[in-house]
Amino acid sequence: MTLEVIGFWMLAVVLVGSALAVVLTKNLFHSVLWLALALTGTAGIFLMLNAEFLAGVQILLYAGGVVTVVVFAIVVTERLVGERLSHTSRGLIGGAAVAGLVLTLIVNTLARIPLPAIRIPFAEDPTLLIGRQVMTQYVLPFELLAVILLVSLLSASYLARPED
Amino acid sequence: MGLSAYLILAAVIFCIGLFGVMTRRNTVGILLGIELMLNAVNINLVAFSWYHGEVTGMVLTIFAICITVAEVALGLAIVILLFRTRRTAMADQVDWLKG
Repeated sequence: MTLEVIGFWMLAVVLVGSALAVVLTKNLFHSVLWLALALTGTAGIFLMLNAEFLAGVQILLYAGGVVTVVVFAIVVTERLVGERLSHTSRGLIGGAAVAGLVLTLIVNTLARIPLPAIRIPFAEDPTLLIGRQVMTQYVLPFELLAVILLVSLLSASYLARPED
Repeated sequence: MGLSAYLILAAVIFCIGLFGVMTRRNTVGILLGIELMLNAVNINLVAFSWYHGEVTGMVLTIFAICITVAEVALGLAIVILLFRTRRTAMADQVDWLKG
């Protein structure tokens, strides 16, 4: 058992456990907090995969941004109605059946296709390579991304504007 | 750890998210399930990128994360709007287009 294997299994247990808690817990607010744990666990997986920059982005944008926005939305909507949001589930058996079917399909496919046996190491620091690629090969999608963010955040604040 | 361990972990998280999307009745709960599914896809992209020594997957992950943030902001704005007009957040009760 190397350190990497132990780290992977600990992160896997945390991730799967918190993901299950997100979809199964009765309290919507607890769901969001479990999601924050799952997203932080994913940042840990990114760290194990040599993606330090992505781990930082994951924590800043997801665990910091998305979770905060969702918590605000829950608080605002509960104040608007003045009652707690109910957070029930339905069709548990059907949902579990479809999810299990998809999982067996994916694992079955993974078992059949040949994956490369040897890992090719990065030529340079991955963060450096990401920066270079974003500014050269992917500069147009990068600029489009800025437009998408601007448009979506403006329209979100327009949709959620206070009533006049 | 080999590549397949990460891929199977991502598949498990994807399916948990799928389960959440199908079983939750609250729109915010459905959004949380979609978050989990997108997160699993990001793990896949980074795992392949790491294994091939190619950063293209990581660049795609940055794009995916940013688009998810935009999606969550818009989705929650729609949920708030829904609450204001209909006083509900249940996906089943949003059936204005039903003939």
